[in-house]
Amino acid sequence: MNDVSHDAGQRLAVAKTYKFFVGGAFIRPESGRTYPVTTAIDSADAHHVNAPRASRKDLREAVRVAAGAWKGWAERTATNRGQILYRIAEMLEARREELHQQLVRSGSSAGDAKVEIEASIDRCVYYAGFTDKYQSLLASANPTGGPHFVFTLPESMGVVGVVAPEEAPLLGLLSMALPALVGGNVVVVITSECRPLVGLVLGELLATSDVPAGVVNILSGPSAELATELAKHREVAAIHVVADVPQTLIDVERLGAGSIKRVKGEGHVFVERLYTPRGQGLSAIERWIEPKTIWHPVAI
Amino acid sequence: MKDASQTTGSLFEFGSKWDYAPAPEARDWVKIQSRYELFIGGKFVAPHSGRYFPTISPSTEEVLAEVAEADDTDVDAAVAAAEEAQRAWIALRPGERSKYLFRLARAVQERSRELAILESLDGGKPIKESRDVDLPLVCAHLFYHAGWADKLDLAFQGRAYRPLGVAGQIIPWNFPLLMAAWKIAPALACGNAVVLKPAETTSLTALHLARICQEIELPPGLVNIITGAGATGAALASHPRVKKVAFTGSTEVGRRIQAATAGSGKKLTLELGGKAANIVFADAPIDQAIEGIIGAIFFNQGHVCCAGSRLLVEESVAGELIEKLKDRMRTLRVGDPLDKNTDIGAINSEAQLKTIEGLVKSGEEEGAERWSAPCELPGKGFWFSPTIFTGVTSSHRIAREEIFGPVLSVLTFRTADEAVEKANNTMYGLSAGVWTSKGSKSFWMAQRLRAGVVWANTFNKFDPSAPFGGLKESGFGREGGRQGLSAYVEIDG
Repeated sequence: MNDVSHDAGQRLAVAKTYKFFVGGAFIRPESGRTYPVTTAIDSADAHHVNAPRASRKDLREAVRVAAGAWKGWAERTATNRGQILYRIAEMLEARREELHQQLVRSGSSAGDAKVEIEASIDRCVYYAGFTDKYQSLLASANPTGGPHFVFTLPESMGVVGVVAPEEAPLLGLLSMALPALVGGNVVVVITSECRPLVGLVLGELLATSDVPAGVVNILSGPSAELATELAKHREVAAIHVVADVPQTLIDVERLGAGSIKRVKGEGHVFVERLYTPRGQGLSAIERWIEPKTIWHPVAI
Repeated sequence: MKDASQTTGSLFEFGSKWDYAPAPEARDWVKIQSRYELFIGGKFVAPHSGRYFPTISPSTEEVLAEVAEADDTDVDAAVAAAEEAQRAWIALRPGERSKYLFRLARAVQERSRELAILESLDGGKPIKESRDVDLPLVCAHLFYHAGWADKLDLAFQGRAYRPLGVAGQIIPWNFPLLMAAWKIAPALACGNAVVLKPAETTSLTALHLARICQEIELPPGLVNIITGAGATGAALASHPRVKKVAFTGSTEVGRRIQAATAGSGKKLTLELGGKAANIVFADAPIDQAIEGIIGAIFFNQGHVCCAGSRLLVEESVAGELIEKLKDRMRTLRVGDPLDKNTDIGAINSEAQLKTIEGLVKSGEEEGAERWSAPCELPGKGFWFSPTIFTGVTSSHRIAREEIFGPVLSVLTFRTADEAVEKANNTMYGLSAGVWTSKGSKSFWMAQRLRAGVVWANTFNKFDPSAPFGGLKESGFGREGGRQGLSAYVEIDG
C-alpha cells in the first residue's frame, strides 16, 4: 500500500509549538517554561496547547531588540511605514481562516470571531493611512515674535510596551500596537494571558508582512507580572496596559514614575470602545509622540 | 593624480568620449489597442459622433492608436453616470471608500512599469522619469488620499463639510497619469465622482487607468474618462451639473475656463503656468546648485509648469557657474524616451516644438545670447537641444513668457533685494528656488518670494503630503496635503 495515500480521517494532525516573536525570529522562552492554554471544548480541533511563558529576562531581551530597531523604523519615510502597515492588512485578510480558528478555539463564537477579524483588518488599513497624515494634524508653524521660522513637529518616543486585554485578543492588541507604530515607535507586546495564541499567530503573519525585524515583538505569559516589569524598565519610554484588575494599573502607574514613563492604564472600558469610533483615532497616535519645537532664524 | 591636460575645451567631454550602447526598455509586452473608446459608467463605449483621432509617439511620429472624440452628448452621459455613482459612493461607510482607493493604489502599483512605458511612448518623456518619478508619485498620491477618505472629520477640524457631487477635471499632457491621480484621488476621497478629460496628445495612460478601475471593481461611474481636445474640455467645464471644475494647463485656457464658469456657482481650482525664478547666491554650494539647475529646467524636457526657467545668479559667480552649467549640459543625453540612459526625451508635440522655436527665435532677435548643447537629434519626431540664454533682461519675452521647453534664461543680480524684485517681476507665482549655504537666508528669501512653493537647495520636489499650487496668474487652489482636500468639499463655517 502506498504510504501517502490514506484517508484524511486516519491521519494524525501535526501539533504546533507556539513561540515568541522577537527580532523577527521565533524563539522559545529562555526559562524553558510554558503554561497550558484552555481551549474551547466544542472546538473541533481542540487539544491541549502549551503557550510559552515569558520571564523578566525574556522581556528585557525583547526590549533590547526593540530598542535596536527603533532608529530604522522611525527613519523610514512616512509613506513606507504606511505601506508596511497596509501589508499587514493584506496578510491578515489572506490568513483570516487561521485567525478565525484561533479565536474560536479560545472561546469566541464563529460570528464574533468574524467580526473581530474584519474589524482588525480594517483597523490596520485605518492606521496605514495615518502614517503620513498625523504630522499635518499635530504639527504647527508657530507665529512667534521676531524673525524666526518656528515649527513644532511630532517625534516618536522609542519602545512602547503594550499589555493587551484578555478580551478581543486580536483587535485589542492591534488597536494598541498600531497607533504606536504609526508614530515611529517600536513595540513590545504582551498578548492576552488566557488567550495568547491568536497574538502569537499574529507574529507569524507579521513575519511575512515586511515589518522590519524587532519593530514588533510579541511575548505571552503572566500579564500582570510582565506589565510591572515593563513599567520598571528604563529603556521603555511608554506603556499602555489594559487590565481588569485595578491594582495592576495602580502598580504600573506607580512603578512607571521611577523613569518618568508615559503610562496609560485602562480597564474594561477600553474593550467596550473597541468596536466604536472611539476605538481608533488621532489621540491614540498623539499619546505616543513627543512634540519637538525647532527655531530657525530668518535673515540675509 | 589626474592629468589636467587630458581635459581640454570643456571640463568633461563625456558626450564624445563615452559611447553608450542602447539600453531600450522592452515595450512589446505592453498591449496597446488599435482603438480606444470612452470610459463612461464603468464601460468602454463608442463616441456619439463616431469620430476618432490618432495619438502618436512624439519620438517617432508612429501612430500608436486612435482615440474616441467625446462631444456634448458623451459629456452629458458621463456626467449622468457620475451623478448616479456619487450617490451610492457617499452612502458607503468612509472606511469602505478608503479601502477602494487603497485597492486602486495597489493595482496601479502592480501595473506601474507597463504604465511607465506607455507614458514614455505616448508622451515622449524619458523612461527613467516615467518609471522613477511619475509612476511612484502616482501611486503615492493614490495611497495618500486613500488614507484621508475616513479621516476627513480631522482634516476639516470639526467644520461641517460635504462633497460637491460631480467634478469635471481637465488635465495637461506633461504629466498625464500623475495629473490624473492628482485629480481623481482627492475627489474620490472626499466623496465625489469624476469625469476626467486627458489631453488629446496623451490619452492612453488615463484609458489604461480606466481599465484598472474596471478590474478592481471600482463602482461603475465613479471615474469616467472622456477623451478629446479643447471642445470636449469646454463642454465638460460648462456642463450645468458639473459642480466642480479642476483644471491644470496654460494660463490662457485657465482664463477662459474661469470666464466660462463665472456666475455658475461651480467651485473652481486652477493650476496654471509659471516662470519660476531659480536663485543662486554666491555662497551656494555651486556644484550642487548646478545639478539643481539642470533638474529644474531640463526635467521632463522643461514641460513643467513649475520649471526653474529663469536662473538668477549672483553676479560674482555668474561666469564660473555658466561655464560649469554648459559643461554639465554637454553630458545630457537627448533621444529615445525608452532608452534607460536618456536624460531628455521628445518634445510632446509638433505644436509645442513650434512654440519653443518661436520663443527661442524671439530671444535671439531681442539680443540675448543663445547657447545650445551640441547633440545629435534623431531624424524623426520632435526634438529640441538643451539651450540657455545669457544676457537676458527682465523685459525679454524669454524672461516673461512660459516657454515650456528645455530653454533656460539666465539673469544676474547683486543683492538679495534685487533678486527678490526680479524674481517677483512676473505675472506668475507658482514656484521658486533658492540656493545658498546660509539657512537663515533661504528662509528670508522664502518669506519674500511670491510663489506657492519655494524650494531651498533643491528643486522640483513633489510629495502628496506637500500642498502644491500657485499665486497670481499661476492659478488658485492647492493640490496635495490637508489643504488640497478643501478643493473637493463645500465647507460651512
